[in-house]
Amino acid sequence: MTTPISAPSPAPIQFSVPAISRRDCLGVLAAFGLAPWSDAFAEVEQADAAIRELVRDARVRSGRISMELPPLVENGHSVVLSVNVQSPMTAQDHVRSVHLFAEGNPLPGILTAYFTPRSGCAVLTSRVRLAQSQRIWAIAVMSDGSFWQTSAETLVTLSACTEER
Amino acid sequence: MSLPLRLLLTVPRTARRGELIEIKALAQHAMENGFRHDQNGQIVPRDLLRQVRFQYNGFEVFRADLQTGVAANPLLQSTTIATESGVVTAIWTDDQGLDAQTSARIDVT
Repeated sequence: MTTPISAPSPAPIQFSVPAISRRDCLGVLAAFGLAPWSDAFAEVEQADAAIRELVRDARVRSGRISMELPPLVENGHSVVLSVNVQSPMTAQDHVRSVHLFAEGNPLPGILTAYFTPRSGCAVLTSRVRLAQSQRIWAIAVMSDGSFWQTSAETLVTLSACTEER
Repeated sequence: MSLPLRLLLTVPRTARRGELIEIKALAQHAMENGFRHDQNGQIVPRDLLRQVRFQYNGFEVFRADLQTGVAANPLLQSTTIATESGVVTAIWTDDQGLDAQTSARIDVT
């Protein structure tokens, strides 16, 4: 690749960089074979595919669902995760299910919880495995068929899942 | 091990009618996800609890399908509304489709 030295000077650099998501960034890096953790990228794809399979073409909105996950965990073997969905939980308007997906585990599925109006309240606490630092997605499906999502990112210093026992 | 060795289920002993109560279920189970190796380099075969259901006097109030991302010794905690005195049951199902269950009594006033 030859670049003439007398090339016209480029336009002044603008610092109003458009919002680049972590995912776009990873995608670009992967395209140049520079992915810092190429396996992780494949897993992000898997998680995306799993989420797409769930929501299909429906619009997924943010809000109504919140997730608690510690921002830094020492040990990925057992991480307490809780999800709370705002809903009156009546027969007409309740949370049908909550789906949890991991972007950095060997398989994206964590668990799916199904609620009924008699649950009273759409809350769920469980303990999950995290193979590496990653983002977790929670998607709530309401009785009217709408989808609501949230995500949380966490740093894991000791991995779960794949080490020897 | 496929069925859990030990099960725990916690619900309040007493509650008022209409009160929101918490159900906690814990199972002693390795939840082998099929990705780990033993000391000889052999893959440890997958062995999970697939599902847990909470029943209140036989009516299913909550269900969770567990996948590989659930930690060993799975804990599931959710809520229900106290409607009548009776029994809350947690039923765990393993990869072979076998059930193990545990119950706790609740008195509703």
